[in-house]
Amino acid sequence: MNEIKCECGHVNPEGTVLCEACGKPVEENQHIDGNDKRKLLNMRYDGSARRSQTYNKSIVDKTWNFFSSVKVGVWLIVLALIASGIGTIFPQEQYIPEAATSRDPSIYYEAQYGILGQIYYQLGFHNLYSSWWYMLLIALIGISLVICSIDRFVPLYKALKRQRPRRHTQFLKRQRLFSETDDVTDDEKEKMVSRLKKSRYKVYEEKGHIMAEKGRFSRWGPYVNHIGLIIVLIAALLRMTPFMYMDEYVWVREGEQTVIPGTDGEYHIKNKKFILETYDEDDKRFKEAITQEGMVEKNFQTNAVIYKETGEKIAGAEPELKKVKEEKIQMNHPLKFDGYTIYQSGYQQNEFNSMTFKIHKTNDPDEASLGSFEINLSNPKDTYKLNNGFSVTVSQYYPDYEMEEGEPRSKTNYPRNPAFVFSVNPPDNEESEMSFVGIGKNVDATGENDYKLGIENFEMRYASGLSVKRDYTIPLFIIGAAIFMIGVIQGMYWHHRRIWLHPKNGGMLLAGHTNKNWFGLKRDIEHIIEDTNVKMVKDQQEIE
Amino acid sequence: MDSLLGISSTMLYTAFILYLIATFFFGATVKENKKKTKKGLSGKIGITLTIIGFLAQIVYFITRWMASGHAPVSNLFEFMTFFGMGLVFAFIIIYFIYKLNILGLFALPIAIIVIAYASIFPTEIAPLVPSLQSHWLYIHVTTVSLGEAILSISFVAGLIYLIRQVDQTVRSKRTTWLEIVLFALLIFVGFSIISTVFNLSGYSAEFEYSFNGQTTTTDYHLPPIAGPNQGELLTGDRMEPLFDVPGWMQGVDAARKFNTLIWSVLTGIVIYGLIRLILRKRIGAAIQPVLKKASPDMLDEISYRAVAIGFPVFTLGGLIFASIWAQAAWDRFWGWDPKEVWALVTWFFYAAFLHLRLSRGWHGERSAWLAVGGFAIIMFNLIAVNLILAGLHSYA
Repeated sequence: MNEIKCECGHVNPEGTVLCEACGKPVEENQHIDGNDKRKLLNMRYDGSARRSQTYNKSIVDKTWNFFSSVKVGVWLIVLALIASGIGTIFPQEQYIPEAATSRDPSIYYEAQYGILGQIYYQLGFHNLYSSWWYMLLIALIGISLVICSIDRFVPLYKALKRQRPRRHTQFLKRQRLFSETDDVTDDEKEKMVSRLKKSRYKVYEEKGHIMAEKGRFSRWGPYVNHIGLIIVLIAALLRMTPFMYMDEYVWVREGEQTVIPGTDGEYHIKNKKFILETYDEDDKRFKEAITQEGMVEKNFQTNAVIYKETGEKIAGAEPELKKVKEEKIQMNHPLKFDGYTIYQSGYQQNEFNSMTFKIHKTNDPDEASLGSFEINLSNPKDTYKLNNGFSVTVSQYYPDYEMEEGEPRSKTNYPRNPAFVFSVNPPDNEESEMSFVGIGKNVDATGENDYKLGIENFEMRYASGLSVKRDYTIPLFIIGAAIFMIGVIQGMYWHHRRIWLHPKNGGMLLAGHTNKNWFGLKRDIEHIIEDTNVKMVKDQQEIE
Repeated sequence: MDSLLGISSTMLYTAFILYLIATFFFGATVKENKKKTKKGLSGKIGITLTIIGFLAQIVYFITRWMASGHAPVSNLFEFMTFFGMGLVFAFIIIYFIYKLNILGLFALPIAIIVIAYASIFPTEIAPLVPSLQSHWLYIHVTTVSLGEAILSISFVAGLIYLIRQVDQTVRSKRTTWLEIVLFALLIFVGFSIISTVFNLSGYSAEFEYSFNGQTTTTDYHLPPIAGPNQGELLTGDRMEPLFDVPGWMQGVDAARKFNTLIWSVLTGIVIYGLIRLILRKRIGAAIQPVLKKASPDMLDEISYRAVAIGFPVFTLGGLIFASIWAQAAWDRFWGWDPKEVWALVTWFFYAAFLHLRLSRGWHGERSAWLAVGGFAIIMFNLIAVNLILAGLHSYA
């Protein structure tokens, strides 16, 4: 190690620019901080020896130096900034609107945005934020954060710890705020010291030399906030593992009960009722807005019950369920149980709950009802007996009717477009008649039916879309964000100020330095030299 | 209820007028010190009026809150108005730290432009959709806009710095860019003026066009220069659009918004042209002599300090509170919605700004240009993201 011994007796590590103890510039190292070309000293890291500025031989050195450069850091930030912006030009894949003709990204982007959209898609920008290169960019920023911080924090910490009140005159003269006064009495000096103390400066003395310091801890702010950011990035990394983060979605129809996905079948949820409310058009406050903009939704809510399976699982047997919680789930009010959170996230109203049919005479223009019956569409009966002696048998039921190649069939098992083939048995044992009834369809197979069936009434039912999450990384994000905020406030709302009083031949050199808010430091100095002979410091900053 | 709303809008109007008068008093401070008589009086009157105006605007805010039952930060009108209020508040804070009158001469007009701009959007009280029904609405929105307002003061100081420092004796890239910045501010003025004129005359032209495969109508309040893609004019005796917008402009009402933009830019050009005609020199060159008294060092310091103060506030409101709310409302704290991304872009930008301040050569003019860029990003996020980029936040 090529340690550097200063004339004040202090031994500095290799690469030191300003002696840690007295601040005297170490001649051969002045180029490191650019002090050789300027009058003022670069005080950014107090002239401490940073690894990145000292070694440049091995590949490790070079990597270290690359990542510890603020310039590289800023470039990485700028690249991330530009990339992030590009990702908003067209919607990301997950935001392709539901109503789009095709939600397939390979079709959507070109159809919607033409050639530019196609390029966007082919470059993978429709998934930009989860692309390998975006993540790499963020990871590089993370590495840069760590290396930058270590490179600077350790030497800066040592330098500020080892600084002595007695500073070299060259150091003082080359501070941004400096003045030299020829005659200063001890009284005046005492006055200044006591004012410094009153302004809550810590005052250190060494053989008549004074250093007053305030807010050194604000210098650690950047390093603290970088730690916070690292924790956030680690949390984001952990969130990619299924153990730490589970994300599922489930549709539950009103009145139905289902297993909650992602819970290994341990929990069940029942949707007792789904409620959709809209604002009252007659509400005086909102009347104008509602007439202009149309209906506004006020509330979506699922009244849910959570059950937990108890006892041993036996294949084929109904599990025993124990009620865990009964609660309403609303937007902004998720339901939480045993580490899981359930969010109200969507709803659909495209299924029928029940339908009521009536029978009337085919040749009756008034279609006067001869009797009616209601069918529960999730569970239709085989035969419905009416009060007046009619009975109706359900010969065929298509919950989600469609014609395919001339054959009727059901697209799904959900009653979205129910259709029936009924066999109507009139009283008095007349012959039964077949008819086909669906929404907007009423077909008489033979054309000779005496009776006709019509839909009298129906009820829709809601399906509630619930997202199920279990996220163990949240506390880590919270800790990271909190540390970041503490660090950034510490660094931004406090300032590290130092004022040096240096007696010289009955006079005094006065110098001041701060990491920011020079205006505030000047005010402090103005205050401490009030009614003394000491000259106000001059701001020697060179206009660039 | 109606009386509360009445008070509310009167108070907003009062605040607007007071800011305008205060600007003139801050303007008077420019000449004042030369004579050395009654030093600082105009400045004192200016800041007093500003504070009274600010209080009036607070009354606007509270009464509107009482009338609607929710914090008035839920649509573009309310949000931009609040942002204007935040600008004034941030200016008052910085004023009491640095006592710089010239700052008022620039900060207040920008707040005025913002409020005038806001008032063009629908001002009816709108009910809150389920996702907005949360205390986080006002916690998040007020913090983020206060943060953005403080960051904007950095722009104000930077702009003054540039007008003061950019060499106006010869035409250069810098003078041109400075004029572009000033012209951009005039576009907002143009928007407010042209919209008000046509609103007063009650202009309306309805179009029918196809959007996402469905036939929709849109109501133009400015004569259609650009019409909807393959749209059909329904209202009689109105001018036919000069051209249709291209098919890839697919946002909600994209054509109408684009038309409004054209009108704003045109009006901005007219205003700018008139000013140039009267001044017979660049606007920057005309203002420059007025700013001789301001110290560039001080302006640079304010510009930096505003970022130092605003950055933590913005982070707290725009990223942290935003995430907490998004987690409760949308089941994820971060979802790469355009508004979220642009908050991140803003954050990245000011992070880069703060890091650049560490190195030599990035103080002074370069830093001032950066402050201008930051403000452009903030305005983009406030306005363009809502109006152009579709997303969860597009509520206007």
